[in-house]
Amino acid sequence: MQVQDMKPEDVTGDYREQTFTFFDGTKRKVLVCDEEVPYPEGRLIVSVTDPSGIITHVNKSFVEMSGFSEEELLGAGHYILRHPDMPPAAFKDLWDTVRAGKKWSGYVKNLRKDGKFYWVYATVVANVRDGNVKSYTSVRRKPSRKKIQECEALYPTLF
Amino acid sequence: MTYQFTVSPDFGPSHIAGWQIFNTFLQRKLSEAIHFELYDSFDAQHKAIAEDNVDLIYANPYDAAMLVRDKGFVAIAKPQDKADEAMIVVNAESPIQSVEDLQPGSKIATTDDPDVHMMGMIMLEPADLDTSNVELKQCDSYILIAKELLRGTSDVGFFLEESFQDMSAIVREQLRSLVTSQIYIIQHSLLLGPALADRKEEIAQIILSMNDDEKGKGVLDSLGIKGWEHLEQEDVEFMIDLMSTLVE
Repeated sequence: MQVQDMKPEDVTGDYREQTFTFFDGTKRKVLVCDEEVPYPEGRLIVSVTDPSGIITHVNKSFVEMSGFSEEELLGAGHYILRHPDMPPAAFKDLWDTVRAGKKWSGYVKNLRKDGKFYWVYATVVANVRDGNVKSYTSVRRKPSRKKIQECEALYPTLF
Repeated sequence: MTYQFTVSPDFGPSHIAGWQIFNTFLQRKLSEAIHFELYDSFDAQHKAIAEDNVDLIYANPYDAAMLVRDKGFVAIAKPQDKADEAMIVVNAESPIQSVEDLQPGSKIATTDDPDVHMMGMIMLEPADLDTSNVELKQCDSYILIAKELLRGTSDVGFFLEESFQDMSAIVREQLRSLVTSQIYIIQHSLLLGPALADRKEEIAQIILSMNDDEKGKGVLDSLGIKGWEHLEQEDVEFMIDLMSTLVE
């Protein structure tokens, strides 16, 4: 799956380095700085992946908030946005839920290309056509600050 | 056989005549009898759909899922450059400066326009507001929502952006927008029911070429739209999937 290590020249300010090993064995070095980018007012961030999690469509808000170009995003694994503060259990729950044909919703801290982060309230649904799951659509919206604070306290306990 | 055409009840009253003209235009082009029926509420329209009394509809995006997935309607076209966007609006003198300033117990003026109401409620979520902790007041029109805000009997109102912009400058100047959605892909669409499905190509061709002659252009002017864009079935399916992520 196409996912490159993050590069120091893309990151602004101080950062810490961490290496992920994803469920499929892919490794990725991420550079993380603790600066939040506010969620844009009134927008939805939308993406579509194929059943294996490869990004096949992104909207303009997705491109702007991720810091990547559309070309970099299309064909990449959705874990290009994975932030090391997100517990793997959250994503396991996501995939278990949508593969069971149900809608998943949750609060997610996403990592940008520049090492900064943004919080979203994400909902993922399966796109069923002629009885088969063709893809998954993920739609993010602006979360409540109170819920983010609850997640900031909860998520470190789930590792 | 007389076919039935209807329009989502949330369009502006200034365009009623336009839809009648559109219906006449379509009847002549198709050489078919088409009855134009307007319903004064979403409930009345839903009842007609449930009874299979609608063959062609300019549908609210909220209803698209039911029409396409339960009733077998197919997509034909969508208006150019006319996405449905919602606004959260307050009285210009209100101390509320952002959505996050709103508190539980806020009085919200809304309409029965389902997609605007849904988008409005989503835009209140950052303030931890939902139907359980706000007071909703349903109004029959957007101008009544404006009155609610001007009188101070509601704290905020949900508007379809287009309807807000259609109000007089005097009214708009006394109101202030807190946030406007920028979703782009939620929009009304023309959908064909099963009884007309075999005429899909013909109807699409008539509608998509309305800009090619003066009569067609005149009809578009009276509808307040620039023209129609081809709508693939997958486009409307994608919109339905997206809408499903927004409803509980």
